[in-house]
This record gives sequence, C-alpha cells and structure tokens, in this order.
Amino acid sequence: MSASQEKAKEVSAKASDGGAGIVFIFFIVGLVVSLLVGWVLFPKVLYCQKEQPFDFNHALHNEMVLDGCQSCHFFRNDGTYSGAPKLNQCIECHTDVQGITKDEEIFVNEYVRNNREVPWLVYSRQPDCVFFSHAAHVLAGEMQCKTCHGHIGNSTSLPVYEYNIITGYSRNIWGHNISGIKKNTWDRMKMDDCAECHRENNVKQYSVQTKKGPCFVCHK
Amino acid sequence: MKLSRRCFLSFGIGAAAGITLSPLPWKLTDDISIWTQMWPWTPVPPDGAYTYENTVCTLCPGGCGITVRKVDERAVQIAGMEEHPVNKGGTCILGNSGLQLLYGPFRVEAPMKRTGERGEGRWKRISWKEALSEVSSKLNQIRASGNPHQVAAVSGSKEGTVARLINRFMTVYGSPNFMTEPSIQDSYEAMLYLMQGATGSAGFDFENADYILSFGSGIIEGWGAPVRMFLANSNWRTKGTVVQVDSRLSNTAAKMDRWISIEPGTEAALAMGISHVIIKENLYNKGFIKEASEGFDQYKKLVLDAYSPARVSDVAGIDPSVIEEVARAFAASKHPIAICGRGKGDVPGNIHEFMAVHALNALVGNINSKGGVWTLPKNEYIRWPHPIMDKVASLGMQQERVDGAGSKDYPYVQSLLNRFPKKINEGSAYPIEALLVYNSNPLYSMPDTKAVQAAFDKIPFIVSFSSYMDETAKNADLILPNHTYLERYEDVPTPNGLQYPILSLAKPVVKPQLNTMHTGDVIIKLAKCMGNSISGAFGWKDYKGCLKQTLGSRWNQLYKKVYDVDSGFAPNKWVFETPSGKFEFVSSLVKNADENNIGIPHYYPTALEGDEKKYPLIMVPYGSMKRATGYVGSTPFMLKAVSDETLVKNDVLVQINPKTAQNLGLSQGESATLTTPVGEAQVKVNFNEGIRPGMIATPTGLGHTGYDEYMGNGKGVNANQVIGTVEDPLTGLNMAWGIRAKLTRS
Repeated sequence: MSASQEKAKEVSAKASDGGAGIVFIFFIVGLVVSLLVGWVLFPKVLYCQKEQPFDFNHALHNEMVLDGCQSCHFFRNDGTYSGAPKLNQCIECHTDVQGITKDEEIFVNEYVRNNREVPWLVYSRQPDCVFFSHAAHVLAGEMQCKTCHGHIGNSTSLPVYEYNIITGYSRNIWGHNISGIKKNTWDRMKMDDCAECHRENNVKQYSVQTKKGPCFVCHK
Repeated sequence: MKLSRRCFLSFGIGAAAGITLSPLPWKLTDDISIWTQMWPWTPVPPDGAYTYENTVCTLCPGGCGITVRKVDERAVQIAGMEEHPVNKGGTCILGNSGLQLLYGPFRVEAPMKRTGERGEGRWKRISWKEALSEVSSKLNQIRASGNPHQVAAVSGSKEGTVARLINRFMTVYGSPNFMTEPSIQDSYEAMLYLMQGATGSAGFDFENADYILSFGSGIIEGWGAPVRMFLANSNWRTKGTVVQVDSRLSNTAAKMDRWISIEPGTEAALAMGISHVIIKENLYNKGFIKEASEGFDQYKKLVLDAYSPARVSDVAGIDPSVIEEVARAFAASKHPIAICGRGKGDVPGNIHEFMAVHALNALVGNINSKGGVWTLPKNEYIRWPHPIMDKVASLGMQQERVDGAGSKDYPYVQSLLNRFPKKINEGSAYPIEALLVYNSNPLYSMPDTKAVQAAFDKIPFIVSFSSYMDETAKNADLILPNHTYLERYEDVPTPNGLQYPILSLAKPVVKPQLNTMHTGDVIIKLAKCMGNSISGAFGWKDYKGCLKQTLGSRWNQLYKKVYDVDSGFAPNKWVFETPSGKFEFVSSLVKNADENNIGIPHYYPTALEGDEKKYPLIMVPYGSMKRATGYVGSTPFMLKAVSDETLVKNDVLVQINPKTAQNLGLSQGESATLTTPVGEAQVKVNFNEGIRPGMIATPTGLGHTGYDEYMGNGKGVNANQVIGTVEDPLTGLNMAWGIRAKLTRS
C-alpha cells in the first residue's frame, strides 16, 4: 500500500469517528460531570446531618446573663474549660418549663425531669490528636470567642450539625466551603488556620528544624 | 454518530481533569489521613471537670489513703494520698489498679439466685426484696428448728463496723460461729497475750528502728501494711540494717543488707541460737530482764543447754559464726527489732516461733519503747450496747464453735477457719446448714482447696456478699453483692503492724455503678426482716447512720480529713498485763508450761504433711506484691506485670535448685507434675540457684477459676490446691509453711 493510500484511510477513519468535535464534546461532558460530582454531589455524600436534641437560642440567653459567653461556658478553678454547660448549670433556672417553645418543653420533660445530660453535638470538637487549651487562648492570649467560633453567641437558633462520614468530625473543622476557602477567621478550624494565627502572632515559633511552631505544641 | 474508543478516552480524560479540579481527591486524602490517625472505634473517654477525692483503700489491711482523680462522675486514676500518714502518697500495684475492680466485667451486677448446679454459673437476677426474703426465711426456718448455731459466717476481718454488725447479727441470732480469715496477726495477738498478757495487736516502730532481723517476713512483699513497709525499707537503705533469714532468695532477701539462707522451717532454732549467744556473752538488757521479766532463768537454761550455735548450725544449715555475728550486731544496736511471719503473712504460723523471735526483742528490752515492738490496745471506738438475746440465741451461743476457737483446747484464739473444713468433712461437729461469706474468698484463699470445696458442698445454703464473681460467689446459692470499696462508706481501723492507733474513713468516690447494696445495710435490713428478737439489736436506720453514730464526734474530722490519729497514744514502757505483771519468758497463762516446753519459746521440727520417702522434696508457696492472694484477685494490670520467671503463657513455673533438678532428671523449662499429699498440679521447671536443694517454691495468687480470663482464670495453678494445713499444738492456727512433695516428668 502506498503512502497516499494510507493517508486517505486515516482521513476516512477520522471522518467515521465523527471528528474532533465529538471527541471534544465527550471531554467536556466528562469534565462537567466530574466537576459536578466533585463540587456538588461529593459534599452532599461526604457530610451527613444530625439533629441536635432540641434547638437553643443563644441570643436570648446572652441577654439574660451578666458575664457574656463565660456565664455558661466558663473556666473551672483549675483552669480547664467547661465546654457545653452541664444540666446542673441549666437547672438553676430551668427546673420548670419556661416560655412556650416546644424545645423548652423537650428540655425540661426529657432531660431536667429525668436528670439526663443533654447530648449536645459540639460543632467545634477537634480531632482527638489535638491538644487545645482554651485558657491559653482566652485568658493568656486574650482572644475573643468569636475569633474561632463566630457569631454563635448572637444566633437565635442552632445551625444544622453536619459531620464527615469518614472521620466522624464536625463540618465546622474543614469549614462549610468545600474548597476550603475562608473569608473570616471562624470559617475553618484546620491545623493551617491554627498555624496561620500562631505565625502572625509569633506564638512559639521555635522549632529548630522548621523555624515554625513545633508539632508538640498541639500534638502531645 | 458512532461512539469510538477515542470518545471514551476523551470522556475519561475530561472526567479525570474535572475530578482533579474539584475538591474531591484533596478532601478525601485529608479525611482518610484523619481517619487512619484516629480510628473511630478507638474509645475516647469523655472530657469533663477534674476533681480529686480522698478515701482509704480497703483492698488489703494496709489502710493506705488514696486520692481518686475523677472526670465528672467517672473515676480515672488512683494515686496515693500525700498527707495520709500510713502511705505518705505511695501506693502498691493492686491499689493503683483498683479501678479495674470498679469497672470490671466480673462484678456481680445485681442480687443473683442460682438456677443451675452449684458452680455451673447459671443465675437468675432477683430483686433485693426477694433476696432479703430468701435469706431471712431460710435463717428463720433454721432458727425455728432450734439450731441457730448451725449457721456460720466467714468475714475477711474481725475489725470494723461491718464485720462487727455481722458478728452482732450472729450473736442475737444464736450462733457462735463467726469466723475470720486467718493471718499472722492471729499469731502475733496470741503471742502478745501469752508473753505480755496483752489483748491487742502488735505494732512495730520501724521508723525509729535501726536493725531489723526478719525471720522470713516479706518486708517488701506484702507483710504488714505493704506501702508503709516500702517506705520504712527506703529509710533503712540509708539509716539501718536489715537481715533477712529465708530459705530462698526472695525479693526481700535479695534487696536487704544481708541474706541468711537456712533450712526451711528452722527459724525458731536460729532465733533460739541467737538468744544463746546474747545470753552467753552477757549482751542482753539487764535492766529489762531484772525489772520487767519473769521466767528468764528457766529460759536461759533451756537456751544455753539446747541451742548452742554449733547445734543450731546443724539444724538450720548455717555456719555457727553467722549466728554469733548476727547476735552481736542485734544486741549492739540501739533499736533492734526481730520480726516473723513468713512472706505476706497469710499463714498464721507456729506460735513457738513467734515466741522465740519475740524473746529476742525482750532480751534487748526493746518492747513498748522507741524503735521497738509496741502493743496497741484493741480498737475501742465501736461501743455498742450489749445486745439482748432471747432464749434461742442464748442456747445457741452456749454451743461450742465448730472450729473450736475459744474452747478449752484452743483458748488463745477467736477464730480457727483452718479447722472449719476439716470438722465439716469429718462430720465430728454438728452440721452447718447455712454459711454467710463476707469479704472473703475461702474457696480460693484457704489451703487445701479440695477439702474446702468438699466442706462447702456439704453446706446446703451459702450466701456470698461478694462484689465479684469470685470462686466462693460462684459456688454460692445466693449472691447479695456489696458495693465495691470505691462506692461505699467503711471505717478502717489501724493497719497491720502500725505502731500507733489510726482510724480512717473510706467514702464513696463514685455512685454505685450497679444494682448492689452495702452489706452493712443488708445486715440491718435482714435483721429487721427477722422479727423483734433480732431487729431489736439493730436500732439504726441504715449503715451510714450506724457508722455516723459509732464514730460520734470523730465523724466530721474523718469525713473532712479521711484519717484521725490518736495523737495521745504512747506505749507503756515495760508494763505488762500478765499475772506476774512482767514479760513472761515462761507463760503463766499456759497450763503446765514446762511440759514439753509448751509455754516456753522453743524449736521443734514441723511435722509437714506427707511421707518423706514418697515425697522427698519440700514445697513452699511464695508470694509477691504483683499477685493478690486475699479476697480480691489480681487485677488484669497486675497480671501483665507477672514476670516470665513465674508464668509462661498459662503455665506456672516452680523454682528448684539445679542440683535437685538434675538428680530428678529434670531440665530447665520442662513440664512436670507436682504432687503433694493434698493434690497435683501441672507445672514447668525453673532452675533457681537461690533456693536450697531439696525444695520447690510455687508462686501463690495464680490459677483463679471464678472471675474471668483477664483476672487470671486458667493462668497457672492456685498454690492452695497443693498445700494443706498443719495445726499448731498450742493455738490451733495453721502453721504449714510447706508440704512434702514430689516432682516428676510429665
């Protein structure tokens, strides 16, 4: 077979494939589908929602307490941080149903009367390998709660709790933006965010090897 | 349009590009790394408020103060209580791992009634009301038949309000058969009574002593109050000398200043030999002997006639010069103390050996004085009115005890649990219809397990108050589980061997985790179920009320501080309560004291069980701090610490001198059968040059069958299966420090 005959065959084969256009369309379809999977479907599959035991109005409570966040989320005498309030604190006011909300009714009837702790789902719970001291940040570092936790203190209802089906940790750690882009300091709580702030404030940047903060500051 | 391979490839490339440009691979990588670093199935304890609560450990009679760290309501750590005078912040391995006894799966969760055969492990949960009604109706039935004395009770201790409540219950019910677990405390008490006329316990001013002569006592292996002994020993490393007399290189022998290896069971001979040198060389305390002792001349004659170093050296297998050296050093020290009671002190021992050793303390006049042996008065804080007994109770209490304690044959002791199985099996006493067991596990911790099991099989109704499914609970008909020691109130009297009275209060540090009830409350409720003649003696609403009333003004101090030391206590130097008012080398409290020297310290070879020809070796059990031998078993944490010189997988290793093993044709690590007159066990041979030829040493505290695999079920052999008892002729207490044995290749 001559060279010209071979070329003719190649051209006719291309023509029979529908040409570069169809191939390109397939490329685009593949691209779009996978982008949709990656950006839209994946986050939906990766994160599941869980309901809090009942809704809670931070704003309402904030108005009634004297000492802001620390009225309920306080430091114990030994400097450890109390986290979500225990039933004992709540029943100082909530021995009986107050107001007319359904959530209040659930709280008093199911938890207060049965002396059961409320199994709150904590949005900002860090993975177990992380050592985090509230005292070091809030008392010694004089940081504000909202720097990491945002404006939860002024919210009238609790956001939906989402957790990662692989790790089991809250979505708030990675942040709601699946691409990891943040606008505010409280949008993400990943290691990079901790490190960024530590770097900016020159906190313990004394690792001989990395000239950054040493691992064991947070990973004991 | 025809779909070609290129289309698919193109689609794939597009998809790959799209996925790469999406967060999916990057986010997945991050998530998977988090997942693999923190497996979700790894349990993570919840965080909470940290609190610390002080209480007292009651797992042994050591009486250590402990500080329990809690996270919210969960106890997470036990440490020694810094300010408690007994242990000053120290703990032992059992005390440290006590939380495993609180949260372990081998606890009895609720009152249980047996549904299958005894020991089969088939139980039915019942309510507390049903449980109390079962016991009260059974006991009422026995009482109605006029035989209340046919009910017996075994308690871990005779001290403390709970034991006293059980004793009180038995008294008003009409049974004299309240028995307690034996220990060297029984022998020490009997010895103090015979030589000093004292009715109290022995205390040792170790903190001020500078020369300790220990006749086989496991100073750092659980003797006395274990942690207090550790501290005393640390002190002696710089400020004292400790000489350990032992037939094997025990941990204590290895760590002390000097180890004197003697033939097993010849400790009394050595003590008498040391006396010989002290007397012969005029090294004794003349003031004490002249002013405060009686019968010295008779004792002196016996010692000088029969216990010359040369003769003792033949018996004990040591050089006479060693005896002389030790005697001179002992007498020359400012505050020397001689102690005895082998190993942990689980076996009471030979009373004449105790007398021979204590005579050394008398010779140097170191009794009730600084750095010496003190006598502590009986615990007197429990002052309840005498109970009123009805006719049935009075008649029952007039019956002789099954174990014979307190009878004319055994007048010096209050309890002889070692005689109990024998009497039941022989059928020579009246039968026992019901048995209550509190804080004790006789089916594991008493020698000759087979005989104990046979005796228990003859008792138709056994009630256990155990918190754990131990061997005795497993063989009971009814279990009324007590709170564990971290869930209950309890008074803790002076620990073994402490030289001053101290009272401590154990407090609940966590709420009861299971459907258990304080045995004190059970006894009070039971009394109330059983009619006026019995309930009248139990006027308290509940146990806490009883305890509060008993402790009276001391309650507040104890509640706040955990302990209360009787700071006004001082021993009466050289004051004795014997008929002569002096220390009696020849006890006038023993009838015909001269007959075979029965009332005088002396040595005689122990008639060990077994024929010498058939059983050419001598087996001795040996204990360790790493293995619990009492009411509670060794925790899983402790079993992890047992060395491979003791246990390899599930095989127990017995120590034997290589020469003896060679003669028997046994090689290192070989499997063998250990046979004694009471039983047989499969063991492995472990050569040890630290043990005298002709001996085998078997570790105690292994081979449980009651709890679960983590508490040592099937790990090794319970040494009590292969050792029996030998009755002391004067006290009736068990003095078997060993048994004849043979070891054959299996």
